[in-house]
Amino acid sequence: MATSKLMSMADAVSRWVPDGSSIALGTTLETAIPFAAGHELMRQGKKGLTLIGPISDILFDQLIGAGCVQRVQAAWVGNVITGVGYNFRRAVEEQRIVVEDHSNLTVSLALQAGAMGVTFLPCRTALGSDLYMTNPGLKTVVCPFTGQKHAAVAAIVPDVAIVHVQRSDVFGSAHAWGNMGISREACMASRHIILTAEEIVSTELITRDPNRILTPGFKVSAVVHAPWGAHPSPMPGCYNRDHAVFIDYQKQSRTPELFASWTEKWIHTVSSIHEYVACIGNACSRLSITHHDITEPVDYGY
Amino acid sequence: MDIDTGYTQSELMVAAASRQIADGEVVFVGMRLPLLGFLVAKSLQAPNAVGVYELGIIREMVAPEPILTMGDLPNLYRSQWLADTRDTMSLLQQGLVDVSFIGGAQVDRFGNLNTTQTGGDGTAITRLPGSGGACDLACLAHRHIIIMAHEKRRFVPRVDYITSPGYGDGKGWRESVGLIRGGPAAVITTLGVFIFDPETCEMVLASVHPGATVDMIAEQTGWPVRISTYLSQTDPPTRQELSALRRFDPERYWTGK
Repeated sequence: MATSKLMSMADAVSRWVPDGSSIALGTTLETAIPFAAGHELMRQGKKGLTLIGPISDILFDQLIGAGCVQRVQAAWVGNVITGVGYNFRRAVEEQRIVVEDHSNLTVSLALQAGAMGVTFLPCRTALGSDLYMTNPGLKTVVCPFTGQKHAAVAAIVPDVAIVHVQRSDVFGSAHAWGNMGISREACMASRHIILTAEEIVSTELITRDPNRILTPGFKVSAVVHAPWGAHPSPMPGCYNRDHAVFIDYQKQSRTPELFASWTEKWIHTVSSIHEYVACIGNACSRLSITHHDITEPVDYGY
Repeated sequence: MDIDTGYTQSELMVAAASRQIADGEVVFVGMRLPLLGFLVAKSLQAPNAVGVYELGIIREMVAPEPILTMGDLPNLYRSQWLADTRDTMSLLQQGLVDVSFIGGAQVDRFGNLNTTQTGGDGTAITRLPGSGGACDLACLAHRHIIIMAHEKRRFVPRVDYITSPGYGDGKGWRESVGLIRGGPAAVITTLGVFIFDPETCEMVLASVHPGATVDMIAEQTGWPVRISTYLSQTDPPTRQELSALRRFDPERYWTGK
């Protein structure tokens, strides 16, 4: 009999993300960013983390500003609709963090190599770029069949992937839909997976539509019920993007002092996702889905 | 509806970018101004263009409502395919993407682009966000278009860091480093449009925007500007282009200046 992996955000982060962990998060790019889990990492004062991701829309900047991060393996760190991430910029310029620069393709392949259990994968991007100067996980390799030069991307095996999904059962079988980013390879590659979910549902509801399942449930270590857990990023089927938060964050992270006030307000005086939802109360109705588009059921019978 | 035919610098750049897209082309669409350029092209001369977005979206229809980022839910609605980032990058790597658009902080005469860091070599580093998908687009699309503000600190003799390769140090460089196709086809700036000389792979000024002059461009460029013998004036945005653009950016978030 399988055991429930359902636990509180505080327990999941405390148990599965020790200081010094490498974490893949923000793997769906602009959508479904696990902000609630990221904020719990900050609340627990994690140290020495390695963050792994493609683009990162302000969550990496927040974790860096909070002093949780030692290393970043990513393609882009900033604020998608305003540009620069000020905490990231300050930390790199003051040499407080190490950055290994990827492109979106190379970070995907690094995780795909981890997912496949091989030590590297070849590709044809990044050749001639300076990413090689700032990323020891990139080299060139000659194809043994054609003699052509390729880029070689070293495998990344994160300690944990944190992914936000629409719905999960208590054992870690979960439905995710929308654009997938690099979530599938991130989950497959990681030693542990924390799923945060808008909704906790029955196993039957999940297994009746197995094509929509993100990753094998047996690989998942923790399941957390986190409604609005991706706010202010958009969550397909659940809520739209809260642009104002990203625009305000630009102002509120411009100096370390401003960022400290932001942290006090949004991290330290908010103890859980439920309190957070109460804080954003007015936004919830404004962001709700107004144009529903329900698909036809499919037949998986025999 | 009658519209205000006065326009901003950004609107002119978006219109110029949209004209680079031909009907039926597969376009890898980036964030900010390129996102709008694609939507304008789709609405006008390129109704059959297909948009590929790095977060894992392939679209034939324009989003039913204005969007500020590629991940806004209207941009997922009734997609041709919702997929993995790796799938979109695989289309690119196979050679199925005709054109892409990227922006940058620094560019040089061979179209090498920097969005990672300026300074270094003994001077203080200024850190920028990084590649995102830009390096992949510059390496693997059949051609890419660069869109950026025209300032002397940005148009430098040699970029401090190559995030997105252009033509390196000239003809033959891309082949020598192992790149299998592509290269920048045009640079659309706040002052004019450059193309690349097929012989030397250097940037050549092809058109000057209304209100700008060759002298202004020379002054804001960190190397002696080469000028096309067919130098023209950039066509201002048409009424149709402005109308389409303002439909997708009604609050003028991207194109207010």
